[in-house]
Amino acid sequence: MAETSNGAFEPKVTAFVCNWCTYTGADLAGTSRLQMSPNVRIIRLPCTGRIDPLFIVKAFERGADGVIVSGCHPADCHYTSGNYHARRRFALFLELAGFMGIDPKRITFSWVSASEGGKWRDVVNDTVTRVRELGPFTAYRELAGKP
Amino acid sequence: MQELRDLARKLLSDGAVGVVIGYEEGPHGVRPAFITDGADADKLIFDRRCVQNLATYLAPRRNHLGKLGKKALVVKGCDARAVAGLIRETQIKREDVVIIGVRCGGVLRSDLAIGNGGSGNGEGGIGGGGAGRPAAGAVATGAAAVALTPETVADRCAECDIREPHLADHLVGELPPAPPVSKRREELIAKIEAMTPGERWDFWQQELERCVLCHACREVCPMCFCERCVADKTVPQWLESSPTGRANFAWHLTRALHQAGRCCDCGECERACPADIPLGLLNRKLAQVVEERYEFRATDDPEIPAPVGSYKLNDTQEFIL
Repeated sequence: MAETSNGAFEPKVTAFVCNWCTYTGADLAGTSRLQMSPNVRIIRLPCTGRIDPLFIVKAFERGADGVIVSGCHPADCHYTSGNYHARRRFALFLELAGFMGIDPKRITFSWVSASEGGKWRDVVNDTVTRVRELGPFTAYRELAGKP
Repeated sequence: MQELRDLARKLLSDGAVGVVIGYEEGPHGVRPAFITDGADADKLIFDRRCVQNLATYLAPRRNHLGKLGKKALVVKGCDARAVAGLIRETQIKREDVVIIGVRCGGVLRSDLAIGNGGSGNGEGGIGGGGAGRPAAGAVATGAAAVALTPETVADRCAECDIREPHLADHLVGELPPAPPVSKRREELIAKIEAMTPGERWDFWQQELERCVLCHACREVCPMCFCERCVADKTVPQWLESSPTGRANFAWHLTRALHQAGRCCDCGECERACPADIPLGLLNRKLAQVVEERYEFRATDDPEIPAPVGSYKLNDTQEFIL
């Protein structure tokens, strides 16, 4: 969570992206001068298969209000099957996190290829808008102080 | 029961196994027994109070039992799923264990069976009882054990489809009638699902705030066999070790997720929990999801691949943009 000089809430969103598709796609969005929300911090990983659900938990622990996880479309994985494994893992994570009370709207999963700069812009803007409406994830941050 | 004792005696005297791991009468109810001498085989019992999952003694990190020799293990259907899980995940070899399957007519809630759950002694757990658990009376032993009713039967028996283990070298006992069905757990899950995210959050915070991070749920679990658990790693430290709200939430989310598609639903985590946290709800919820999405149901067939670690090209992905 961050605040602008006028006191409005600015969400902090962490994006875990795969090196081969989404990171390149985000790069394309940048070099194409597409306008998008500056609230997203990108963390580049080799593959969505490398993304442990604990990363998402850690992001919330460290103050993220929302999380984006994005990688190669099915059949496009640089390592053949990393995204298929990730797809099952994220499905289970999302269901469990939702069951335990994390609003699923705070987490976005997407497939963004290296050529989809425009899609990346939309994913970023939509997520930031959604998280802004939900407000800061203070419930999670307050957990730290509870014995 | 005599069939079980005779079989154990024969296995030991033939030298086929070095130890038979089963159940015996203890001072505080039924407890695990390690029979190494055929003369002690008459101690073995099996009835509706035998709730423990003995497959946990097969996990390689309990290797100190190895010096007793080859193991024979008394398993119910739910325990057989754990043995199958260990074989499926190459922790043990099928030929390393002699499996004595018992035909099972359901077991009691663990607080009624052995009463080491907080609510069994009428004092409540550390935090005063878990969600949706009716208060229990004193624990009766022997033949006086509580009868199986929808109120007293273990939650997991409602979903049981292996009352007669398929994964067994020997099968003993007559098949008893099917246990009464308890809808407690399914109803509670449906109730939680009907809540808003905020209400669900509050529900779980209320439950998890009693956690002292003792990790008993992990220690008792037959499927938690990692030699180094992610919760014990300190560089980097993924999971905090002091029981704060944040650490408890992260631990229980991680524990349940690591059990997804692997949990044999033996209820041991919930039994071992000193704070009466309804951990079975998390496991069961994930089991429902896994069955719905990946058509996998916990089974005692070790040849069927686990749903996490395998995939299909057409897996559901409605949640991905």
